[in-house]
Amino acid sequence: MADSTYPIPGSVEAAPRRWSQADILAWLNSWVTTVDHKKLGILYMLYAIFFLLVGGAEAIAIRIQLIQPNMHFISPQVFNRLFTMHGTTMVFLVGMTYIFGFANYLIPLMIGARDMAFPRLNAFSFWMTFFGGLLLYYSFIGGGGLFGAGNAPDTMWWAYAPLTERAFSPGHAPDYWALSLIVTGFGTIGASVNVIATAFCMRCKGMTVMRLPLLVWINVVASGLALITITPLTAAQIMLLIDRYLGGHFFDTQAGGSAMIWAHFFWIFGHPEVYVLVLPAFAIASEVIPVFSRKAIFGYPVMVAASVGIAFVSLGVWAHHMFTIGMTSVGNAFFVLSTMLVGIPTSMKIFNWLATMWGGKIRFATPMLFCTAFVVQFLLAGLTGIMLSIAPWNWQLHNSYFVIAHFHYILVGAIVFCIFGGIYYWYPKVTGRMLSEKLGKWHFWLFFIGFHVTFDIMHIPGLLGMPRSIYTYEANRGWGTLNMIVSIGGLIQAIAVLIFAVNLIWSYFKGKEAGNDPWDAWTLEWSTPSPPPAYNFATDPVATSRRPLWDLKHPDDPDWKYE
Amino acid sequence: MSTVAVAHAEAEQPWVLPSKGRVAMFCLIIAESAIFTIFVVAYVYNIGRSLYGPTPSQVLDIPLFNTVCLLSSSLTIWLAERAIEHGKVKVFGLWWALTWVLGAIFLVGTGVEWYKLIYHDGLTISTNLFGTTFYSLVGLHASHVILGLTALLIVLLFTITGHVRQEHAERIQVLALYWHFVDAVWIIVFTVVYIIGR
Repeated sequence: MADSTYPIPGSVEAAPRRWSQADILAWLNSWVTTVDHKKLGILYMLYAIFFLLVGGAEAIAIRIQLIQPNMHFISPQVFNRLFTMHGTTMVFLVGMTYIFGFANYLIPLMIGARDMAFPRLNAFSFWMTFFGGLLLYYSFIGGGGLFGAGNAPDTMWWAYAPLTERAFSPGHAPDYWALSLIVTGFGTIGASVNVIATAFCMRCKGMTVMRLPLLVWINVVASGLALITITPLTAAQIMLLIDRYLGGHFFDTQAGGSAMIWAHFFWIFGHPEVYVLVLPAFAIASEVIPVFSRKAIFGYPVMVAASVGIAFVSLGVWAHHMFTIGMTSVGNAFFVLSTMLVGIPTSMKIFNWLATMWGGKIRFATPMLFCTAFVVQFLLAGLTGIMLSIAPWNWQLHNSYFVIAHFHYILVGAIVFCIFGGIYYWYPKVTGRMLSEKLGKWHFWLFFIGFHVTFDIMHIPGLLGMPRSIYTYEANRGWGTLNMIVSIGGLIQAIAVLIFAVNLIWSYFKGKEAGNDPWDAWTLEWSTPSPPPAYNFATDPVATSRRPLWDLKHPDDPDWKYE
Repeated sequence: MSTVAVAHAEAEQPWVLPSKGRVAMFCLIIAESAIFTIFVVAYVYNIGRSLYGPTPSQVLDIPLFNTVCLLSSSLTIWLAERAIEHGKVKVFGLWWALTWVLGAIFLVGTGVEWYKLIYHDGLTISTNLFGTTFYSLVGLHASHVILGLTALLIVLLFTITGHVRQEHAERIQVLALYWHFVDAVWIIVFTVVYIIGR
């Protein structure tokens, strides 16, 4: 029949697709040249997940080395490089990129915009970050310079002067470190500018500033903080390079320079940086917890005010990393008190999350499990933070495993848990398919158990006096069993993360179809198809309250009546 | 089927959003301020800590003419902004060109100063701590002037070729914000280096 050969729409699609070389190049080209906020968001997330695995592998190597006294799994030189690279990778290549992954993908969708304010700046920022990461890892090959191959930086992620001066760190490893952080820093600044400009200038009709979803608000605060946080690091890195290449004397004590000023500059960056990393985790929790408690967020204005408060207070606490450097008692007292002050806005947030859950109809799907664990762990991490803020206690425990346990409780227990929660929550929107709940539950429980085995126990060797960054320890110290348990916990976490990776890939092909709004949520991103079309919204949405989608679904009981 | 109006009176008000260019430039200025703050702190902290000479009071002269040129360029760029806002492209071009010339004079002045310091006083970035902090702080500012002059020059070329019109006023004002920032920073650098530090 003649009409049976007539090309009907659909039959072309149904034909088995053959990937020619030209197709693959076109596909690659579409990702490399993209300025679409959704694709860039995905690139940021893939980048963060990739380096999470790399940094995680480094951590596992460190833990195997410490599993028993007098181990020689890796050499001391490699050990130093690994903990330096682990710290740098996790903070700059995972922490700083997951923020912009979520922010890029979600902010335009949540505020009813079609793209970020500056799409090309967005692409530029991502690729700067991307090449910064490559530059850092290239040091494994090129860092040796004339002094031998295979020489990644080994100066710890804070790279205290004068260890980084030419005389003590020959070769190019610290240069790769400094340059890569300057380059990723430019990427961060570009992305932060973009986030703020988007949130304020691209809002759809009716989306007033006090109706912005909390994720948007908190990301704006984090980006604003990043602007004044990353730049001091950039400045300090420029000084370091001037010292190393132009014979400058900033950190050269023999010419009157000061090594201490590096520590100050680094922590002026380093402490607010922690809040830059954790605020977007709060942002994720503040979206997930209400949806799975079936209640609007409790105390929206307080949440906003607390975020701004955290950002402000965090700028005045940096020297609590340096109590042992020898400050005046006035200096010590100031930083003790300002550090304790952080506890007020953060506990306001914890109470608000709890109040959101209180009396709610809680659904413990995987995203909610992660976010619930986050609330508990964040509280505990905050409590050890208050302990460490007390100067005499800090003198005792400075640079011990207690400190390591404390900040990993934040970085893993709060941030990584929220990243996982956020991925489980928004994966259906990004790919159109649900992540497997069964694998998700396995992932959650294994990770939760592994996390607590590792980081709860890790406080104890710290209290017993085990210093951080040591290559190995003697058998008669009594730390052996504890370290064994800590390392086993690390391996359990690694298994959980592998399950997560499998889940990501398996669900992409075989996951359950998600539909527009699998969680029955309230923000605008759930009003478009999953995955959203390139233009996001066919017609510009109008926000009538903080929960615009709720208003659309429940015209008889809209939110704006109560706001 | 009953329908309930979701939109209420508030949504019918005109919807105005801030200019994204201006918001972004303010963000950039905040970030840049933080960089300058660190360099200024490093300078102030290290005043008088050099273990050997030359010292600032021996070699530095107050660059008054330069400073006057740079600061008055803020005024001329403001006049240019006003002109383009009212669509007076020729007047705009004149003030803009004058701004560029004033900025260039400042840069040449810095070059002359550095030449004197390097070849007559023997002060380089590696000579002593003063040299390190001086060249890095003044150099950081000068590099921002170079960046600003490049941007101004691009606009100037567009003006000469007749591509700048009244509707570009907002973009030009965003760029001018950056120039005002560069000028404002100079006041701080000038105070720190030539008044407090000398």
